[in-house]
Amino acid sequence: MGVARFWREIPQRYNILANECGSCNRVFFPPKESCPDCRRKSMGKMKEVKLSGKGEVITYTIIHVGQEGFEEQVPYAIAIIKLEEGPQITAQIVDCELDEVKIGMKVESTFRKIKQDGSTGAIYYGYKFIKRN
Amino acid sequence: MENVGIISYGASIPRWRIKVENIASIWGKDGKTISKGLGIIEKSVPSRDQDTATISVEAARAALKRTNINPQDIGAIYIGSESHPYAVKPTGTIVGEAIGATPDLMVADYEFACKAGTAAIQTCTALVKAEMIKYGLAVGADTSQAAPGDALEYSASAGGAAFIIGKDKVIANINHTCSFTTDTPDFWRRAERKYPSHGGRFTGAPAYFKHVSNCANNIMKISGTKPEDYTYAIFHQPNGKFPISVAKKLGFTYDQIKQGLLVPYIGNTYSGASMIGLASVLDVAKPDDRIFLTSYGSGAGSDSFDITVTEKINELHRENAPLVSQMVEDKEYIDYGMYTKVTELLYWE
Amino acid sequence: MRDVAVIGVGLTKFGELWDKSFRQLIAEAGAKAILDSGIEGKDIDEMYVGSMSSGRFVGQEHVGALVADASGFSNVHIPSTRVEGACASSGMAVRQGYLSISSGASDVVVVGGMEKMNDVSGASATGTLATAADQEWEAFFGATFPGLYAMIATRHMYEYGTTKEQLAQVAVKNHANGALNPYAQYQREINLEQALNATPVAYPLGLLDCSPVTDGAASIVLCEAVRAKKYIDNPIKIIGSGQGSDTLALHGRRDICTLDASVHAAKKAYEQSHKKPADIDVAEVHDCFTIAEICAIEDLGFVKKGEGGKAIDNKITTRDGSLPVNTSGGLKAKGHPVGATGVAQIIEIVLQLQGRAEKRQIKDARIGLAHNVGGSGATSTVHIMEAM
Repeated sequence: MGVARFWREIPQRYNILANECGSCNRVFFPPKESCPDCRRKSMGKMKEVKLSGKGEVITYTIIHVGQEGFEEQVPYAIAIIKLEEGPQITAQIVDCELDEVKIGMKVESTFRKIKQDGSTGAIYYGYKFIKRN
Repeated sequence: MENVGIISYGASIPRWRIKVENIASIWGKDGKTISKGLGIIEKSVPSRDQDTATISVEAARAALKRTNINPQDIGAIYIGSESHPYAVKPTGTIVGEAIGATPDLMVADYEFACKAGTAAIQTCTALVKAEMIKYGLAVGADTSQAAPGDALEYSASAGGAAFIIGKDKVIANINHTCSFTTDTPDFWRRAERKYPSHGGRFTGAPAYFKHVSNCANNIMKISGTKPEDYTYAIFHQPNGKFPISVAKKLGFTYDQIKQGLLVPYIGNTYSGASMIGLASVLDVAKPDDRIFLTSYGSGAGSDSFDITVTEKINELHRENAPLVSQMVEDKEYIDYGMYTKVTELLYWE
Repeated sequence: MRDVAVIGVGLTKFGELWDKSFRQLIAEAGAKAILDSGIEGKDIDEMYVGSMSSGRFVGQEHVGALVADASGFSNVHIPSTRVEGACASSGMAVRQGYLSISSGASDVVVVGGMEKMNDVSGASATGTLATAADQEWEAFFGATFPGLYAMIATRHMYEYGTTKEQLAQVAVKNHANGALNPYAQYQREINLEQALNATPVAYPLGLLDCSPVTDGAASIVLCEAVRAKKYIDNPIKIIGSGQGSDTLALHGRRDICTLDASVHAAKKAYEQSHKKPADIDVAEVHDCFTIAEICAIEDLGFVKKGEGGKAIDNKITTRDGSLPVNTSGGLKAKGHPVGATGVAQIIEIVLQLQGRAEKRQIKDARIGLAHNVGGSGATSTVHIMEAM
């Protein structure tokens, strides 16, 4: 991945920076240029909003054959998490036993190393999720 | 110094642990004896997705969760570590973005073995006192490496703590600070090398003990204090014996150092060591408690601090982030095989 | 709008074809289709070509032109267009060919699909397949392509009580069908035990829940329906063609367990053809993973939402059932050379409706449906065909 491609998404990857339609208040992550429901009514009216990182697992899997850059972490849990502000997000669940990952599990975001571009390239950081008490 | 001090604090300790006895058994040594001799039971191990940047971010975020300052008012960030993720590219900018303090921000990464974090506290304190910044963030964090089979393998661990320094809503006043520094090659790592080297027993009297003792005596002279004036004392803790020994030599009791002594349970977190010790003390401190802290960094030097806790500590929402004791207890054991995999002792292409 | 018919089909064997290059595969499939159709090369007006990632698999883009060239048509300079929609690439190519004739722009169109996946390492092939997913927001964070379908399965199990056994039965059925297909990559049956105990890939999916990495090419010849019988006795009319899209990332969908793109494509195809799900005699659906077939028979309206697992238990979709699904062996047993799959599915339906499906033949098959999906459901095409 070219560094610019990663750098552009830092606000989203580090801080789950979303946006909200100025017309209907629906929240989008990642941010959208305009609201698919309000269309032109929303153009120029999208507002930045930082999400809390709190959410709930709505589905998950345990990956045994890892994605490129994740091979040494197998088996690892990937889930789709519904954030409390509405958007859904795909991320790894860490710091718990794999059999603790369940639909309905309450989670919150944490800051972790996602992968790196070999031993000479850049290191990419971003969100993963942990159990929320 | 009046009313310049710690506004908030936070710590981050990885969950994985490996027991000293486990490591010793791999090298055919008697784990019980080694564990007893070092005063260390187990140490923290970072998972592959944790490094000094992630630990620093988590500690800084914990500090921000406990108070309600606007991160944009943080005017400087200094991260002290000997395991910055990049040799060239600052950890401080990653932390700055991750806490929303950019772009009007002074940043640099610090390095001075295990005292890089306390050096950062000194700098932030000076900038606040000079009214050049409103708040400063000082972090000490490490994911320290040790050569397989070396004595340091039993202690080199991972963790960090962050302190927000400022003038208003000070929970712990930094009354005085001083340092004692000489060129003493007790422990070092050459560029391009993976593991540090050290001078064996030379790391004791001429290094740790000389600098810690001198600095400690200096701070007490400057502050006009004696050991018994302090509720808590925190020393750098490369193992479980040195801090107890130096405390005794200086006239501190075990009860004074207990709260800030984490090395038996999490190992030596290097730049995080005395910083996490301070965080542990602040977890339980009450108004008017007086805190003594002396860090040590090989190469060599010590930073000492004379700190008084204010009533504002009761307004700090300490419950909004995990306490050091909670993080120490939140653990999962791994064996040496997993340890080699996650600490990159295995050769990956 | 003119009616369109399929008048010729051709495909290579699907499998690990070490001796055949990308160019050889497509030339072989194309030649077979043209010979099967009775047309002459000079009759061809246009070509459409489906290939998901020739760039990453064989380092070659610009394959529209390459296919025309490899097939021997560069001297007549016919237009040749590559279409890409991940695993739905050639289903989409068929639709483009169909629209070209239907609109009157062309009279005879050859549509091909191909993929040469074994010239790169397994890990590399897996990485390339993952480009069908959202690179920034799914793959970047560690989700794999099987992982996405596995998450559909977990949710489907949670909401509807679908079981691992039901998933495994899809694989067993498709292997039983593939064993009768001389073109299939795997021509051997498997049993439930083997399917359930296969190496885990992404819970709850194991190796035998996943379609394989395959080389292969498939090709069909389309012409205006009223002139089809000039070429062959048994042309098959495309009576409905639908296509739909949806969010690229699975997490953006309205309902994790429903591929709305398939529902939309099917709706359009049913409306155009004036047919209902109950009218379909035989179907080829996109079983990239076993769960995908279960969702497909729901999304295509063959059973109610959530009852896909039960349908498998009741053996509705076996060759003896009321709606045989994936008589070719499906993607699972026939193989899934990604870009070729859409056309290959159409070919199986055409063979069934022409009575040429040999040992796999479904009695009295008159109306058939082919369903092709891209990625985790961001694209879908549905074609309905009828014997003329």
